[in-house]
Order: sequence, then structure tokens, then C-alpha cells
Amino acid sequence: MKHTLSVLLQNKPGVLSRVTGLFSGRGFNIESLCVAETLDPGISCLTLVTRGDNAIIEQITKQLHKLIDVLKVTDISEKEYVEREMVLIRIKAEAQTRAEVLRVIDIFRGKVVDVSSRSYAIEVTGSASKIQALIDLLKPIGIKEIVRTGTIAMARATKNK
Amino acid sequence: MKEEELMVKMTGSQAIVKCLQEEGVKTIFGYPGGAVIDLFDALMDSDITNVLVRHEQGAVHAADAFSRVTGEVGVALLTSGPGATNGVTGIATAYCDSIPLVILTGQVPRSLIGNDAFQEVDIVGITRPCTKHNYLVSNKDELVPILREAFYIARTGRPGPVLVDLPKDLMAGQVTYPEQKPIRMQNYQPTYEPHIGQIAKACKQILKSRKPVLYVGGGVILSDAHKALEELAINLSIPVTMTLMGLGAFPGSHPLSMGMLGMHGSYTANMAVAQSDLLIAVGARFDDRVTGKLEEFACNAKIIHIDIDPTSISKNVKVDIPIVADCQYALTAINSWFSKEPGINMKEEAAQHEAWLETIREWSTRYPMTYKEEGELIKPQYVVEMLDKLTGGDAIITTEVGQNQMWTAQFFKFNKPRHFVTSGGLGTMGFGLPAAIGAQMAFPDRLVIDVAGDGSIQMNIQELATAKQYNCPIKIALLNNSYLGMVRQWQELFYDKRYASTVMEVTPDFVKLAEAYGAVGLRATKKSEVVPVIEKALATKNLVIMDFVIAREENVYPMVPAGKATTEMLLV
Repeated sequence: MKHTLSVLLQNKPGVLSRVTGLFSGRGFNIESLCVAETLDPGISCLTLVTRGDNAIIEQITKQLHKLIDVLKVTDISEKEYVEREMVLIRIKAEAQTRAEVLRVIDIFRGKVVDVSSRSYAIEVTGSASKIQALIDLLKPIGIKEIVRTGTIAMARATKNK
Repeated sequence: MKEEELMVKMTGSQAIVKCLQEEGVKTIFGYPGGAVIDLFDALMDSDITNVLVRHEQGAVHAADAFSRVTGEVGVALLTSGPGATNGVTGIATAYCDSIPLVILTGQVPRSLIGNDAFQEVDIVGITRPCTKHNYLVSNKDELVPILREAFYIARTGRPGPVLVDLPKDLMAGQVTYPEQKPIRMQNYQPTYEPHIGQIAKACKQILKSRKPVLYVGGGVILSDAHKALEELAINLSIPVTMTLMGLGAFPGSHPLSMGMLGMHGSYTANMAVAQSDLLIAVGARFDDRVTGKLEEFACNAKIIHIDIDPTSISKNVKVDIPIVADCQYALTAINSWFSKEPGINMKEEAAQHEAWLETIREWSTRYPMTYKEEGELIKPQYVVEMLDKLTGGDAIITTEVGQNQMWTAQFFKFNKPRHFVTSGGLGTMGFGLPAAIGAQMAFPDRLVIDVAGDGSIQMNIQELATAKQYNCPIKIALLNNSYLGMVRQWQELFYDKRYASTVMEVTPDFVKLAEAYGAVGLRATKKSEVVPVIEKALATKNLVIMDFVIAREENVYPMVPAGKATTEMLLV
């Protein structure tokens, strides 16, 4: 099963390689990984998507926690959460397809961020599945380049707070 | 005056030495080189002894053994590049057996890092997976705080080696020495106290059990929990089996001891685990050499698992009652639960296990740990038995790795913790001799014996010179069969006796070799010579190699073939 883990870690050199080394050394897989500073510049937040049964996810969580530079590990996907990924796509936009491309982008609430006579560069955010649906639609038209950020996620606020 | 003015200025090297002194370090093991020359220079002005080994692997093994016998943090000091990489096997050895070490490595000056400078390696990168934690010190204000943190991390929680990489310019430059403050790390807070609800649950489960087994590992020794363990086992008459790392945690000659379990464990221990209804695992980690085929390991038992490292719990075997805690804290809590809980008569509870103990006694009478005598041929097991007998069981025993190690584990009765020093998890050949040096440096007046094999000892034979230089009167009991015996045994049993690269066609004359190093060499080729040779060695105040030419193709039994259930033992 897919799990999204949110990991708070010290923002120091080498910390990311401790995390990735742990995954490669123990044969756990990483589907996506996204890391950036939090409000506290000394602490980074890493969002990691992985797959495994409960025993494996339990080991992953414990092993991450065992790393000295790791402050907190949360399996966000255990509860309600929102996840987002951003994608930049450069898509072929010839005279006959320009309008079609714009319509598709509009449906996905995307934005055109760069235009040339033969292509658009577009920006779309959404869940991983939404991004995948968009890619599937655009593929026949002709995707020239694609860059994805990987998933970031946040738990939903509890109702009574 | 301002706080800063109160702080003392000194060189980085002097600060490191001062910090080592604050940590109570008296002996370190090291090998110099360009990157650490300043630090060695500063050490000369201190009361800290550096034991100059002959290879950096030896330095780390010696520091490791120093820690195993004393319970203190061992310290090794290596230079950059090859000095550091030579230490990696030692570091991995300590990591696998959870031994607290601080490894100091020199590094090229900060301005050269990343430039492929002379003797530069990314040792922090290389040792990331085999240290508990590691650091590259990148500015002078961090130097002392990092060292203090390194000692703290090494000795607390599940202990382990911590490496600190020290750029040369930092050690040569000036630093201010910060005041000592208690260490508090927001991101590292090991759990020592057990959850009291889990303790009660475990105790109630123990009361329900009719066939309990205590399965104890190195964690009991590391946390000095042997007294609490004895109290629990003896008060409730619970039989005890130990892992290789756990030997000595419970007295081997006590009637409740079943000896070691697992691949080369006793028949009794393996049968008891298989038939028990409650397995109480304490400071052990369900290693594959212990469990054999996982599906059939203790499959009739509920499992209580006490370990300070949460990752050890339910890693290999699903546990019914997990207790994350220091073994000593947890066992003490269990003992006090039993003494406080109203309506419990310990004698009656203990008597409930009598039928179970009877079964166990029958197993050990019918299938004792044994071997076949063959006239005047020297059986290695006999050598170990005689060592045990003639030393009164009080010596510190180190071993190499392989058959010599297993025979020692099987036939020497370890009655006290911190008397058996062996590379368990990593199984590092060449461990025994440098380990014996580390143990002897810790206790110059005690008897230290390295039970060795002729293959293994040659991996760090150069340390004979170190032993001689520091007047370590170590007794090396060499079980010499001119084979890489353990691998040969596997080849005999599972590879049609095809002895691929296990025959040591050339081995040195170990008696002459001993003499070349200024040690004493003795040889026994017949059984009747064994006792006189040991007696002579014990009476010698020098480093001694006892070359026992043993029955060449003697095997270690019982043996559980890899991947089989531990009840499927090959016996003598």
C-alpha cells in the first residue's frame, strides 16, 4: 500500500543522504521525495512516498526515527490529508491544437507560464492522480518536456480545533 | 569579566585532549599520519596513553574490546584516507554488536576538502551506514560540543560507534574551550523506562506460562542487567538460553542455563525454544543465526521482547508484548512487580515450572554438548575444556571467528558478564588478537586468552608486535588445522567435500613466529601434551602462542543447516 510520510529533520549537510542511504541499504523503495526548509531554517521537512505492507512501513518509520538527525516522523496517509504535486509541461501547440490545449489546461485549472509559436509551457498542481490524468490527456498532442516536483502533503486539521 | 574572556584559548588538538580527559579516557588506540600529527603531539603532553597498533583495523578492534570488558566508551584515533578506511571493518564490527566507541579520524584541511587531496576520503560518507552517527567538524566552535555529543550518543540508548572527522587546520588552529554543560538533544532521547502497563502485561503472561524460556542477548550485558536477570530466572525457575553475544549474562554453570541457542546452540536450548509456551527475549534481536527458519521459530510461544531499540522489535519475528526499554530498567521493573503484586507466592509459581525443567534436564542428559575422543588426536573442544578448567573460568576470553569461536562458545562456561569478547554480528576474522590487546590494556593484571584459528589470526597477526611492545602477556590458544575450518565444514556437509580455497597449504611455523616477535612459542601435537602446554603458558609472564595441532577435519556440532528449523540439528 502507498504511504506518505512527513519527516522533520535537521537542516544540515549529509542528512538527506542518511535518509536515502537508509532506504537503499535496507531495500525499501522511494516513489517520490521532496524536501525544503520549514519556518525554522534549522529544520527541513521531507515528504516521502513509499510502498509496503504494515510491517514494512512500521520498520521504515522506526528506522527513520532512529536516525539522530530526524526529529519527527508522521505517516500522514494514516488519517485525512491533502497532497499536492506540481508539474511543468512543455507541450506542442501548433495552429490546429493551440485551442484544444488551452481547453484541457483550463479544465485542470492550469496556467500557461511560457509561450512560443510552437509550444506552451504550463503549470498545474494537484494530487498525483490528477497530474497523471492530465499527462494521459496531453500525451497524444505531444509532450516535449516534463518536470514533476513529487508529492508534498499535509494532514487535515482535526474538526474540533 | 565577560563569559568569553573566562574561556581558555588553546589549539584544537589541545581542546580534543582536554575533552577526552573530561570523558575519563585514559587509554586510546591509534596510528599516526599527516592529518593527525598535531593531535598526537598534544597527546604527548597528557596522561592519556596511545597504544600504537600495527594496523588501523587493530586499533578499532582493540578499542572495541576495551569497551566490552570495561563498559566504558572505547576510543580509536586514525589518520585521514587509508588510515580511516582501514578502520572501517572495525567500526562495522562494533556497530553490529552495539559497542560504544568514539573514532577520531584526521581529515585534510577544510580548504582542500572535495579537491581529491592527498589522503582524502569522504569517511563520513563511507561510514554513514556502519556508525550510530558521525560528524565532520566544520567550524572551531563546534569542535568540543560535537566531541561531547559523540561520547553521549555512543554510550546512551542502544550503544554504538560514533565517528568524528577532524580537519587538520581545525586541530592546528586556536579554539576557545567551552564550559561543560549537561547534554540535551531534542532529536535524540532514548527510552530507558519501560511502559508500566506493558510490564504488568508481561508479568501476567509469565504467571500463565508453564514452559517459559528466557532468551537473552548482548543487551543484558551492555545494560549491566545480569543481576536483575539472575533474580528473575532464579526466583521463578525460568530456564535461560543465551545468544553468542549474551554468553556470560547468566552463569553458564548454573543448572538453569541451557547454554547457547541457534545454529551451533545446544540441543536443549533449541528444543526448549521450539516447545516453550512463552519466550522472554531480553536484549536480543532474533538474528537469523538464532532463529533458523523463521516460521518454525518458537511457533508455540507467546513472545515478550525487551529491547531499547524500537527497530529491533517485530523486525524478524512478530512480538506479542513489546517493551521498549533499557534491559536493566525493564527486568528490575518486572522483579519489583512480582514482589509487590499481592497474592503471589514465588515459590509456588516457580514450582509450576518443575515439569518443564524436568523435560529440559532429560534433554541435556540425553544430548549433552559433546564430542568424540580419538586417542591421542587433539580435539579442539578438549583444548577449550582444559582452558576453562585450568583457568578456573576466570579469564577474559577473546576469539577469532569461525570454528574456534563456536567451540569456545560451546565448551567454555562463562559465568560472568564482560569475560567473553567475540565478533558476533559481523563475524570479523582477525578480531581476536587486537581484541585481546584491548582487554589486556584495560586490565593489565588479569589473564587474557585469545582462542584462535590459524586462518583468522593471520588476518591481524602483525598485532603480536603491539602486544609485545605494551607488555601484554596474552595467551594465544591456536586451534591449528591448516584449514579455513568453518567454510571447510560447510563444504564437507553441503558441497560434496569440494574444498575450494579453504586449504591453507602454507602456514607459518607459529612457534618460530612467536619467537621472532620476542614471545614464547609452545606446541602440542598429542592430547597428552595439551595440559602441560597450557600449564606452562599460564606460568609464563610473557606473550605466548600455544600451537595446538588439532584433529584436522573436526566439525562444530550441533549444527542447524542454514535456513532449516532449529530443531533439525545435525548432532555428533
